[in-house]
Amino acid sequence: MSRYRVAVHIVPRRGLLDPQGKAVADALHSLGFNGVRDVRVGRHLVIDADAPEPQSAERAVRDMCAKLLANPVTEDYEIANVEQA
Amino acid sequence: MKFGVITFPGSNSDEDAFLAITDVLGQECVKLWHKDHDLRGVDVVILPGGFSYGDYLRAGAIARFSPIMREVITHADRGGPVVGICNGFQIACEAGLLPGALLRNASLQFVSELCRVRVETTETRFSNQYAPGQILRLPIAHGDGRYTADDATLDRLEQNDQVVFRYVNEKGEVDPSADPNGSMRGIAGIVNERGNVLGLMPHPERAAEAIVGSADGVALFESLLAQVGV
Repeated sequence: MSRYRVAVHIVPRRGLLDPQGKAVADALHSLGFNGVRDVRVGRHLVIDADAPEPQSAERAVRDMCAKLLANPVTEDYEIANVEQA
Repeated sequence: MKFGVITFPGSNSDEDAFLAITDVLGQECVKLWHKDHDLRGVDVVILPGGFSYGDYLRAGAIARFSPIMREVITHADRGGPVVGICNGFQIACEAGLLPGALLRNASLQFVSELCRVRVETTETRFSNQYAPGQILRLPIAHGDGRYTADDATLDRLEQNDQVVFRYVNEKGEVDPSADPNGSMRGIAGIVNERGNVLGLMPHPERAAEAIVGSADGVALFESLLAQVGV
């Protein structure tokens, strides 16, 4: 068993209204970042978990996303990083 | 008829629901704790408003895993009535008892006001004491009330007559400017396909006596009683 640190991004599904993202985009435009086309505000979770190998740590976090961490109706998730903790 | 109101850590409308049921309706009501494993024989379960578990992660996401929710899901699967009010609606969606999700209000602001909702169907056990198209004044108080689902789900809700309440303007029309949170198709409350689980963002239990500004919520509870002829 080793300890792995798994980072996961959870973001509002593209196409759904994300008022926070829109507010941030508007603020960026007012600062002169005129190239900004779209912003979505989500969550970034970092989970330390014991697992026999990195693949199983990642699998466990995907399962956690499906069951609790992400809402399957409105959010998408992706594993951003897996490393030895 | 025996009601049960569940208190989660962070519930704040449980007492209002209890008083509406006992004082106004004169019915029996037991207070249930989120760690209970037994519904104590209640006929109707109320998931009350509030901010269970601080709305951490997503509103209702953690409450959904409270021990009592296993019993609530079993009760609902057997056809037992469940009313999810505000945070209770969010919990019911997270638990899969109702389709869709409640997201951050489009305005990004918490809204606390007396809103107008139209009764879209009286063919449910929660709305049979209203008149079709009746406009109700009910209070809302939430930051995450924007009902969201994919188009196929929304179409199915409409085809099956599962939309019970919609936000409307003074003329009684669905109007984006009268939609306090940006809900899709103006949806304020729905029932599941079987018709035994209701979720709504407005607070009928806080509109149970004229002295608080509206008594329009009472008929929702009376509808449940009419169902069994209490």
